[in-house]
Amino acid sequence: MSEQENLGIGTDEWVAQHEKRLARRAGLLGVLDLLNQKVSPTIRYAILGIAAIAFGLFVHDFYLQRIAANLGVFLILTLGLNVVMGFAGLLDLGFVAFFGFGAYAYALTSSAQLNQHWPTYLSVPAIVIVTAFLGYLVSLPSRRLFGDYLAIVTLFFGQVFIQLIISSDSITFPGREESTDITGGSNGIPGLDPFVFFGYKFKGAGDYYWLLLVILVLLIIAIIRVDRTRVGRAWKTVREDSLASQAMGIKVNNLKMLAFIVGAAIAGLAGTIFAGIQNSVFINGFDMPLLTLIYAAVILGGSGSIPGSILGAFVMSVLPEILRVQNYSEMLFLSVLILTIAALGKSWKKFAFNISLVLLVGLFIKVLTSALNIATTPAATWAIAPVSKVLQHWLFIPQNRLLWGNVAFVLLISLIAYYSIAKEKIKLYLLPLIAYVAIFVWEDRLVIEPNTTRQLIIGMLLVVLMIVRPQGFLGKTRVEVL
Amino acid sequence: MQFGALKSVSELDITVNKGEIVSVIGPNGAGKTTLFNVVTGIYTPTEGDVLLEGKSIAGKDPAIINRLGIARTFQNVRLFLNMSVIENVMAATYAQTKSNIFSSALGLPSSRREEREVRAKAEELLSFFGTRLTGYRWEQPAYSLSYANRRRLEIARALATNPKVLLLDEPAAGMNPKETQEITEVIERLRTEKDLTILVIEHDMHVVEGISDRVIALDHGVKIAEGDFDSVATHPDVVEAYLGKGSADRK
Repeated sequence: MSEQENLGIGTDEWVAQHEKRLARRAGLLGVLDLLNQKVSPTIRYAILGIAAIAFGLFVHDFYLQRIAANLGVFLILTLGLNVVMGFAGLLDLGFVAFFGFGAYAYALTSSAQLNQHWPTYLSVPAIVIVTAFLGYLVSLPSRRLFGDYLAIVTLFFGQVFIQLIISSDSITFPGREESTDITGGSNGIPGLDPFVFFGYKFKGAGDYYWLLLVILVLLIIAIIRVDRTRVGRAWKTVREDSLASQAMGIKVNNLKMLAFIVGAAIAGLAGTIFAGIQNSVFINGFDMPLLTLIYAAVILGGSGSIPGSILGAFVMSVLPEILRVQNYSEMLFLSVLILTIAALGKSWKKFAFNISLVLLVGLFIKVLTSALNIATTPAATWAIAPVSKVLQHWLFIPQNRLLWGNVAFVLLISLIAYYSIAKEKIKLYLLPLIAYVAIFVWEDRLVIEPNTTRQLIIGMLLVVLMIVRPQGFLGKTRVEVL
Repeated sequence: MQFGALKSVSELDITVNKGEIVSVIGPNGAGKTTLFNVVTGIYTPTEGDVLLEGKSIAGKDPAIINRLGIARTFQNVRLFLNMSVIENVMAATYAQTKSNIFSSALGLPSSRREEREVRAKAEELLSFFGTRLTGYRWEQPAYSLSYANRRRLEIARALATNPKVLLLDEPAAGMNPKETQEITEVIERLRTEKDLTILVIEHDMHVVEGISDRVIALDHGVKIAEGDFDSVATHPDVVEAYLGKGSADRK
């Protein structure tokens, strides 16, 4: 306190930093900053909307449409979780169960499983209402809980849901001899009816894309409005300090229940559309991995920020798809590597020094190994993508790729660990070495297992981002205790 | 009020009349804040009762007690730190406003009108402290405020709940002499302009002297003196409680 008072009456930290906030940053970042200030949120949303419409009109590739539709579903989920976790601050680990419930409810009312074929305009709203009610039921025992305690209880609900679905494939009703298969157990329910609106039968992901676009526009508008008004403010007070919130006449328990209900309804809606797109439902789609992805998207984008949720959902659902293609993942890897070197070097001189050292190290090893006649893997077997075709003239790839790849991987991690504690002088020479080993590991080991590599890269992205920018891409800096 | 075997406040009988400013003083651990917590419903009294305008409110939910007309500030300032200054005040109008999640989401005229009213009210309440919390400060996050401004904002937030009784827990703590003088005037103005009954916990005897109609001294959860400032300040039990046994005689 005394530190702030020293600034003089009427001057606090905020005022003292006023000039700094106004000052333009230099270079490319400065231009981005300026753009960021000049372009209003409305325009940003409009640009996003126009891009989305253009995509729907001009992209007819089935695979891309499918990715876009999945992104749409994922966006709805992220926005829903952002209400529960970002606004109200509730760590709800059962969130994905509401998504699963919506999907299964749609499957049961629109398939041969129970021989029910409800019209879409009836089943979807009904399912949303029932899921909201389910959210209410879950919130009843959870409404007095916060933080870790709430997390445990809701996690339990999520697992109960999964167990119920798996074991509901042979239920014996009283008065009946043989058991009934309700959920299909772990086999899931195939062959669902597509959505039908006004006699129009949805044919593929492209049709769901337009539905999702309409829903998302309405949902984003609604959430922005709620966020800015009475209920949204009250949710934030619950997140910030529930005791003070209560003392200000806000019924904290009711608001927590409301957050649960809204989150459940949104997740249920996403579930019905997901089931429609997939034509089938399987229980393993509604477990922890998806929950982790949604949480990662909300946190990555910035918990509590609506644009952040949108960006987070984009990154978490489109990035894995991009990384599937070896060519893209390779380019992404190399550009991130070069950017890292640039960021760590802090000056063009150092950057040039580092890059040339990397190239020299590579050439040296290549020349040395060929002079010693060490057997290599023929370039044709590993250099597939354009980037690696260039690299083959420079990079040494030993015969036993797996073994040396594994060794280099361990070496790489040790080198990075050492780098974090090394002295500045050593760092300068260590960095090019690390870069070389990283490229070596990438071409020798990581490209062979693209799926694991994808997870690894996303995990690393999260770790780095949480260290560099704990509030997420678009989140506001938050202060917990002062 | 009892925590396990520890009696924090016992056999305390306090009456505050309408329009009065009453100060509660006493050494650390005397039970002053516990008294506030019992009155505002954060603790349920193990014995005894709390009456507001003749009706019992003991043990009711803090939100209900606030809606019945008792608002408070906290000794350790509990603002909604990551919300803006004006949002802090606007949020406290929750109980008097009606728009629900649907009317907000649809942007109905009633919801928009209410939003404008709430904002106007918050701006008016913040201007109660002169220029301290006005203008550009409305939109800055509460955590960026200085300690003194946080205390002012907390008072504004409490006022937004339209209380009849205001409980201030150490309003002048951490303020310099000039600011202390200012807050003394503010408390007096709160009574005359907002028609409030005020109960204050305060250690700064200049403030206590300046504002109090009546002073109540507590020690070990028991009332040891009551009356106007001069009589309580010179009361032998009070001197003893602050300075130790025998101090009163030596003086």
